[in-house]
Amino acid sequence: MIQNKGSDTLVNVAQAWAEEYAALRPGTAVAVTGGGSGTGIAAMINGTVDIANSSRKMKDSEIELARGNGNEPIEFVVGYDALAVYVHPDNPMDEISLEQLAALYGEGGDIDSWSQYGVEVPGCGSDEIVRVSRQNNSGTYVYFREAVLGDRRDFRLGSRDMHGSKDVVDLVENTPCAIGYSGFAYATDHVKMPCVRKGEDGDCVSPSVDSAIDGSYPIARPLFMYTSGQPEGVIREYIDWVLSDEGQCIIYEKGYAPRGDVDCS
Amino acid sequence: MSEVAHAADRRDAAWWIDRVVQILVLAGGLSAIVFIAGIFVFITREGAGFVFDRFDFREFFGSPRWTPTSSHNPTYGALALIAGTASVTGLAMVVSVPFSLGAAIYIGEFATGRVRETLKVLVELLAAIPSVVWGFIGLSIMNPLIIQTFDVPVGLNVLNAGVILGLMAAPIMTTIAEDALKAVPDTYREAAEAMGATRWQVTFKVVLPAARNGLVAATLLGVGRGFGETMAVLMASGHSINLPTSPFDSVRALTATIAAELGETAAGSDHYQALFTLGIFLFLVTFAINFAADVFVRGGQRKRRRRGRRPAASANP
Repeated sequence: MIQNKGSDTLVNVAQAWAEEYAALRPGTAVAVTGGGSGTGIAAMINGTVDIANSSRKMKDSEIELARGNGNEPIEFVVGYDALAVYVHPDNPMDEISLEQLAALYGEGGDIDSWSQYGVEVPGCGSDEIVRVSRQNNSGTYVYFREAVLGDRRDFRLGSRDMHGSKDVVDLVENTPCAIGYSGFAYATDHVKMPCVRKGEDGDCVSPSVDSAIDGSYPIARPLFMYTSGQPEGVIREYIDWVLSDEGQCIIYEKGYAPRGDVDCS
Repeated sequence: MSEVAHAADRRDAAWWIDRVVQILVLAGGLSAIVFIAGIFVFITREGAGFVFDRFDFREFFGSPRWTPTSSHNPTYGALALIAGTASVTGLAMVVSVPFSLGAAIYIGEFATGRVRETLKVLVELLAAIPSVVWGFIGLSIMNPLIIQTFDVPVGLNVLNAGVILGLMAAPIMTTIAEDALKAVPDTYREAAEAMGATRWQVTFKVVLPAARNGLVAATLLGVGRGFGETMAVLMASGHSINLPTSPFDSVRALTATIAAELGETAAGSDHYQALFTLGIFLFLVTFAINFAADVFVRGGQRKRRRRGRRPAASANP
């Protein structure tokens, strides 16, 4: 039994891998749990998991902690994910820049109402922007902070901190005033994803698997699996399979970008 | 040993069963003390590193900045979390006190026969609904309802969580309040009725004052329930660090913060210990509330015994 735990962004695809693998190798069972990248990394540090999934890199301090417990984390990039910005479908906003996002989410930011973005949102009489974010140990939260706010800037307090990738999309779907960020793979037909621009005159790129692959989408991030020490035996076989064309086609079908060119037709 | 003494010493099966049951019951009683002490020792030990090294009284109780995962400046201000828990619990009491006292008075003083029994069962059933179900009601029913009714941007706020929590606390408060009313001796009611009081006058002027301490205890236990509730508050409050200024502000509760963050922290880190410090604080507050409730219940019993003796003696010569 391989214990596989962590990232909420990766949990659906990890589940799909596990199911496919169980059909392929009935002898090896993979138990997948979500909970967030922090959960997986904490489990890796505490030595209670075979493979930790994470949507952010392990910090040096975390690697030190793990080593202290006799677990040497080995990193594998298993795919890439576009971090989409979500708004209500009635929201007329079609594009947003990283600077605008930082002024909304970052500490000391001065954007509080939709009219400051120059849009009027039907159904949102108060004009107030409902900022939807993630709990402070989620990999998505940490990546968004680094990519959008910068290394030295914190989030502004007062955002609604949801406990899962899907919860963000659910809340935005039901709240005309809301804006949130979450993995592209969690998109539904009931939310809208504005294109994202880096800098005032950069190209505005819509989140998609292709724009995450070619690197044109400004907030796409690698997704990781960590093992304790160089994997051996069944864990090695599983990781190799995840990184093979077969495994990479599954992550592609789930709405993420594979590591390199694969032919999945 | 004399014949008589030997005959009186009947160590048969019943005697042994009696001894064994006594020991088992004693162990059951002691286990409560062992568990509570064990829990206190555990959370104190896990949080101790933070309390002694990093704890800053002014920051913890005076700052709303709870940013334990900040990359360069982690801060551990719990003021917003305390305010969140207090505001939600406060509103919950505004909702549940009138409801549960009204229900207790009706069940205890006015309802009779089948109506009374049915109501009691229904109130107890209400207490059996899992908190995650309440949270789901808050998320999927109350949220859109509040947005539509009050035209506010988001319906996950103090109002939502307070109403949900009030409904959750009402059954236990009703049950305890009804017990307090039942504990008032019937001689009080009979004496008042003999003097020509109507049933409402009996209830309002005689029974309620006599049961006052028990009713306060019921309310305090409801407050304790509200303080400790986690899942429903996590789902319905919006989970947003905020000092609330209106019932329509989203807030974040102490318990919800622990639930959301504890699973994701490395054991032994500052963040982990800070969460346990929140746990110590919660433990102390709930302990104080339950202790106060206990003092009120005891106070009520003592007073009644003192006052109750004389009229009872003259009523049954």
